Amino acid sequence: MVRVGFSGDEAIAYAVKQCDVDVVAAYPITPQTIIVEKFSEYVYNGEVQTEFVCVESEHSAMSACIGASLTGARVFTATASQGLALMHEMLYIASSLRCPIIMGVVNRALSAPINIHGDHSDMMGSRDCGWIQIYAENVQEAYDWVIIAFKLSENTDVLLPSSINIDGFILSHSIEGINVLGDGDVKSFLPLRTVKYRIDPDNPITIGALALPDYYYEFKVQQEDALRKVPSVLEGVVAEYEELSGRKYGMIHAYNVEDAEIALICLGSTAGTARAIARRLNEEGKRIAVIKPWVYRPFPEKEISEAIKDVKAIAVLDRACSFGAPFSALASDIITTQFKYGMNIPTINCVYGLGGRDITPLEIKGIYEELEKIAKTGKVEEHVKFVGVRE
Amino acid sequence: MSAEKPGWKSLPIAALLLEPKSSLKYKTGDWRGPFYPTIDHSKCTKCLLCWIYCPDGAIERVDDGVKINLDYCKGCGICVSECPVKAISMERI
Repeated sequence: MVRVGFSGDEAIAYAVKQCDVDVVAAYPITPQTIIVEKFSEYVYNGEVQTEFVCVESEHSAMSACIGASLTGARVFTATASQGLALMHEMLYIASSLRCPIIMGVVNRALSAPINIHGDHSDMMGSRDCGWIQIYAENVQEAYDWVIIAFKLSENTDVLLPSSINIDGFILSHSIEGINVLGDGDVKSFLPLRTVKYRIDPDNPITIGALALPDYYYEFKVQQEDALRKVPSVLEGVVAEYEELSGRKYGMIHAYNVEDAEIALICLGSTAGTARAIARRLNEEGKRIAVIKPWVYRPFPEKEISEAIKDVKAIAVLDRACSFGAPFSALASDIITTQFKYGMNIPTINCVYGLGGRDITPLEIKGIYEELEKIAKTGKVEEHVKFVGVRE
Repeated sequence: MSAEKPGWKSLPIAALLLEPKSSLKYKTGDWRGPFYPTIDHSKCTKCLLCWIYCPDGAIERVDDGVKINLDYCKGCGICVSECPVKAISMERI
C-alpha cells in the first residue's frame, strides 16, 4: 500500500492503468479531461498496453467502446455533462448488449446556460439506461470503485456496464492523499476477463439482431434480472476488496443509523460535509444519521429501508432537478422505497447545488433543525425546498 | 404461438444468435391475423400475377401453377385483390 496525492481525475486514470485495460476510447470534456489526458500519457510512455482510440465525439466514443467490449476486451471511457447526453442512445445499447464497460462520469451541469461545474443532472438524465451507477464521496472512493466496478461488471451473472460518478471540480480537481494498491494486488484481484460469447471470426455469432414484440420484452427482463443480482454479487466482491485494501464498501454507507431520530440522505461529496456537521451536533446530544447510497442503480432499497426504519424525519438532498416531478430523483426513490416497505416517514426533498453552487455547513445545519421540528410535530410544511437559491 | 417460444430465463442474453441461418427458422407467417388466402385451382389461369405482386415472396411457382407458403404469408390480401379471375379468396381460421 502506497500513499499518494491524486486529484479525483488522476486517481481514476491510475486505477484504470492498474486494471490492465485493453481499450480506451474517449473524447475530452471538462471536468473529465484530465482522466483521459493522464491516461494518454501512460499510453505514450508505454506504461500500459492499451489501444487508445481518439474519436470525434462521445457518441463515437461509446460506440467504439461497445465494439471493443464485444470482442472480449476490458474497456474504459470517461465523460461529463453534454458528453454523456450525446452518448445517451449508445448507453442503452451498451447495457442491452451486456458490455461490462466502466465509465468515469465527472458530474457536471447540463446547458443552458452553459456551466462547467458540478451537479448530477447529467447522470440523472440517463438514470434509466440500465447501467450500474455508483457515486463516490471522495478521491479514495473514486479510485477504489473503479477497481471494484470492473470485477462487478465483468461477473458473468451481471455483465452490465458501470458508471463511477464523481462531483465535477469538487472531486475531479481536488488533490487528496489516498492509499493505492500495488499493481500485483490489483492484478490478483482482477484477473483477465473471461467471456462466453464474443466477436470471433472463427466462431461467428450474430450480435445486435432485431427482436420484435415477440422477443424484445424477454431481453429487457433479462437485463432487469441481471441488475437485481448486483447486490449479492457486490457483497462478495467488496469482501474480497476489503481483504486486499482494508477498506469496506457496500450498497450504501450509513452513519449513526442505530441511534438516530432524523436522517439525511444524499449522493457523492456532499455526504462528507453532512457527516461532519452531524458528528459535531451529535456530540452535543443530537441524533442524526447520514445515509449515502454508494450504488444508486440498482437502487439499494433493502439497505435503505433497513437504515431508515427507526427515524422520524428524513431529508433527501438532490443535486439535480426533475422538472415537473412531485420529487426529484433520489427523493422519489426514497419515498417509493418507503411505500414498498410499508413505511410512511415524513420526508422533505432539498434540491441544492445546481450548476456547482456550494452547499454550506450552515445550510445543512438548517436542514437538520427543520428535520427535528418535523420529527416533533410529524408535519411537513413544504415537501420540496430549493436550498441556497436567491429569491 | 408465444407458448412455444422460449422465455427470458432460457434465451441467450442480449438477443445473441449463436447459430447461423436462424432467419430460416423465423416464420413470419406468425404475424398473420385470422385471415389466410386460398386458391381455387379450377379458376386459376397460371398468369402468375399473384406471384409477382406478393410482397413477401410467399407464393411459390410449382408444376401445376402456384402454391401459397403460409409459413411466410402475412395475410395482406394483395393476391386476392390482384387476381384477374378471382381465383384467390381470404378464409377465416
